[in-house]
Amino acid sequence: MEKRRKENGRVLSQKEIAPQIFDMWIGTGLAAQARPGQFIGVYPRDKSTLLPRPISICQADRERQALRIVYRVAGRGTEEFSHYKEGDEIAILGTLGNGFPLEAAEGKRVLLMGGGIGIPPLLAVAEALSGTLGEAGADIRTVLGYRDSGLFLKEDFRRYGAVYVAAEDGSVGIRGNVMDAVAAENLAADVIYACGPMPMLRAIKGYAAQQGIDAYISLEEHMACGVGACLGCVVKTKEINRHSHVNNARICTEGPVFEAKEVEI
Amino acid sequence: MNTQVTIAGVTLKNPVMTASGTFGSGMEYSRFVDLNRLGAVVTKGVANVPWPGNPTPRVAEVYGGMLNAIGLQNPGVDVMLERDIPFLKQFDTNIIVNVCGKTVEEYVEVVEKLGDESAVAMLEINVSCPNVKEGAIAFGQKADALYHITAELKKHARQPLMMKLSPNVTDIVEMAKAAEAAGADALSLINTLTGMKIDIYKRKFVLANKTGGMSGPAIKPVALRMVYQTARAVKIPVVGMGGIGSAEDAVEFLLAGATAVSIGAMNFVNPYVTEEVVKGIEDYMAQCGVEDINELIGAVE
Repeated sequence: MEKRRKENGRVLSQKEIAPQIFDMWIGTGLAAQARPGQFIGVYPRDKSTLLPRPISICQADRERQALRIVYRVAGRGTEEFSHYKEGDEIAILGTLGNGFPLEAAEGKRVLLMGGGIGIPPLLAVAEALSGTLGEAGADIRTVLGYRDSGLFLKEDFRRYGAVYVAAEDGSVGIRGNVMDAVAAENLAADVIYACGPMPMLRAIKGYAAQQGIDAYISLEEHMACGVGACLGCVVKTKEINRHSHVNNARICTEGPVFEAKEVEI
Repeated sequence: MNTQVTIAGVTLKNPVMTASGTFGSGMEYSRFVDLNRLGAVVTKGVANVPWPGNPTPRVAEVYGGMLNAIGLQNPGVDVMLERDIPFLKQFDTNIIVNVCGKTVEEYVEVVEKLGDESAVAMLEINVSCPNVKEGAIAFGQKADALYHITAELKKHARQPLMMKLSPNVTDIVEMAKAAEAAGADALSLINTLTGMKIDIYKRKFVLANKTGGMSGPAIKPVALRMVYQTARAVKIPVVGMGGIGSAEDAVEFLLAGATAVSIGAMNFVNPYVTEEVVKGIEDYMAQCGVEDINELIGAVE
């Protein structure tokens, strides 16, 4: 079990890569234990905003001892983070959550599906799949869904395979969402890894069930503790959960990644 | 230096406990703090059978605090006895189990099952959860109902009973006196203050339950005032809680009359807070020349 802790990291760099989307590298020893699909809790300094903000890990650089997060400014906490400069301290809790089961991709045709601010954690998956599984590993294709032409991380994904883009307003790529892109490009897959808004994940769950594809989806919910104590962030589960003894699993600890068929969303 | 306090015959090595519902059964935070350092661990509320709790969103942040409407999701008392109590037994701390129910009979069933477990030092009775429609709060907002359930549980309990009071009442002292008169061995307060948050762009309640219990530093002055009023009005010990996040906060509650304190929402802000408060109280005592922590209890002038 990794050593979960709260510590002060240091901002190594930050830039706005699309409107209201910020890309930050944080120097922290937590990088050594980070797994694709895990997240960190980031604490605002403003004491009127107390709770850690759950933000997915976009990349972990073990050599540089650094974590990359890409987040959208959504409220007072993330607004504060967006003003941090190189050298600033940043309080983080991590690493949290289970991460994506990468072994499920071995020798398979993999589809990474990211929608909006659900895109960043999939970059760590792409990187890990191409690295650890090597040439005989997985065949990776990525579908990214955006609201408009404010694309981000697209070029990062191109290093690992073909990238297909959908935009809701039709300004770039395929008009519509990631499912529209899958249909338009006729993208077959054996395994799906996905993160994005709930309607998208619901659609993927349905599509995967219909096609007999294994789908792993990363969920988001309002969180308080981030470590499994408060039971704030639960998702309904098909089976009775081993920890809760009811049909609820904790997204922060048993998730955020679930096999799509296990959860009722 | 003595930091020991006694509540209803139960000796705590120091007055720092965890607030029910914020600390699970200790397992999650045992990765951050040494539970051996705490006066007691108070568990999440447990019912006679598993409860699924409320729909999500269950939590929301508000200025200086948070709202929760978990709805007392819990695995039931049998799982508590088979899994959580054995885990907590490994530590040199007191185990206090928080008990919830929808009817008096359900509370009685849990109290009786826990009665056979000698490792449980005390029971905290949750009659003040604002997020469960039936039971719970219904017993905690009327003095005669509180008297009745306290007296009834007292007949069945083998451990001391600590009644957890709701602040959502007109007169906290009336409630405290009713519980005391019915035989409560201790009181704990405050539970959360009922609150609300609205998303103005969606024109919707942020919490699926519409209302939730407010906790965190913003409620501390209210909690402190109620603890002060209550501690002066009853002879049984009072455990104070509400927004405690530092040793200074804890000492304020002791001075107001609390024999011990519980730390709740601030665990989410600082997972090390409980142990830091224990250490901070020792530092305060050393700095201020306090030989015995009991000197502080109710010592405000």
